[in-house]
Parts: sequence; structure tokens; C-alpha cells
Amino acid sequence: MTVRIQTQDFDVSTELAALHANNLQVGAVCSFVGTVRNWSKQEPNAKDIHGMTLEHYPGMTEKAIEAMVVQAKARFDMFDAVVIHRVGALLAGDQIVLVAVTSTHRHESFQACEFLMDYLKTQAPFWKKEHTAAGAQWVDAREVDDAALARWGINASNAGG
Amino acid sequence: MSITIRYFAGVREAIGCAVEAWPADAGVPSTAAGVREALVAKGQPWSMALASDQVLRIAVNHQIVDASQVVAAGDEVAFFPPVTGG
Repeated sequence: MTVRIQTQDFDVSTELAALHANNLQVGAVCSFVGTVRNWSKQEPNAKDIHGMTLEHYPGMTEKAIEAMVVQAKARFDMFDAVVIHRVGALLAGDQIVLVAVTSTHRHESFQACEFLMDYLKTQAPFWKKEHTAAGAQWVDAREVDDAALARWGINASNAGG
Repeated sequence: MSITIRYFAGVREAIGCAVEAWPADAGVPSTAAGVREALVAKGQPWSMALASDQVLRIAVNHQIVDASQVVAAGDEVAFFPPVTGG
């Protein structure tokens, strides 16, 4: 398992190659990349976002993600996973997060990748602050993300308190 | 030994600091909720940032916990808003 929190960008091809380099039993590599949108529909009025700042809880964030990968391995017939999450100042269009999973067949890696993202959205301590022409504002958690984790039978209790 | 208290994101900004210690000679509240109440009792800015109507999550020693979680001297207690990564 590889879990990294970093300010610098990542190269998806390099990370995916490293993830399955030493395992010829891998038949599926599923990856998700999250990027910074230049707009938000969270407000009544859509707004333009030119960037965001991401904060995390050093020490806890890494542990929380490692625990998620352990859970994913217990649930799905997967080989390995890489999770990279950027922090600090990001601009619209920048990559924020990479989650990738290897397995024998596609179904398990698709599922494990979605599970890890659903888990990360509501359980990993990161906070986004959006920068717009009107100033900077912390992003509100969304109940739809709690609902996404609930599909896996896990109570998120994030946005709803 | 005291409790280390950390704040993140909007809570950190509202309180104006990222980390502080609960003094050992003040006695250590026995639960995470007790720590929150004791901080609120200090007045502003804690009373607003940690008010009971603020939706916050609590971690003790890097684990997200319920407010009823027991805490002891030497623990690290963190208060932060719902998370928004990914």
C-alpha cells in the first residue's frame, strides 16, 4: 500500500506503473483522479473558483487512509492500492487526489476504488477552502457524500454531525 | 501531564490558534464532550467556535470518536468541521 500526502503534483502513469510493476497476476488497474473545478453549485448562485487551499491533520490523515485501505482489502479481492492526496494551494484544473486499485478482474478494482473514494470523502481529515472573486470560504460537507458511504453499510456521520 | 488540543480549518481560524494545552493543574475533563464544555466555559473565542450548535467532529489520538469518548492526561484531542477532502 502506498499513501502519500504531498503539496507537489503527481504523475498518474508513473504511479499506476509502480502499483502493478511487481505483480504479474494483476489483470485490472482502476484509477480515479479528482481535480479542482472552476465552478461550484453549492451556493444558490453558481460561482467561479480560481483555486483552493487544502488543509489536513498531519499524522491522523495518513493513518485514516491506511485504515481505509485495510478495510478495502478485507472487503474486496484486490491486490494493492495507492492513494495520493495533495494539500496546500491548488489552482483550477489541478489534480487533487489519486486513488488506484489493482485486482485480478475489473469488477473488484472498480468497486474498491469507489469504496475508497466514498470513504475518503467523509472520513479522512482534509478541508477545502475555495478562493473566489468574493473572497475565500470553507467548503461545506455534503450529505450526499454520507449517503454514498452508507451504500457500503457504513455510517458516515460527517455532514449531518 | 496535560491534554493537547488541536483545531483545524474553520475552527482553527475562529479560535486563532492551531494547538494549545489544557493545563494539568486545571484538572482534565474525563470525556471529549467534557473537554469541549470546559473550553466553551472559557468564553470567546472558544464559546462560539465550539458551541454545541456547531456541527463538529472530534478525534482523540488520531481516531474519530463520539463525544462520550473517555480522555486522559497525555491524550491529543482535536476539534474540526466535517471533512471535505477528495
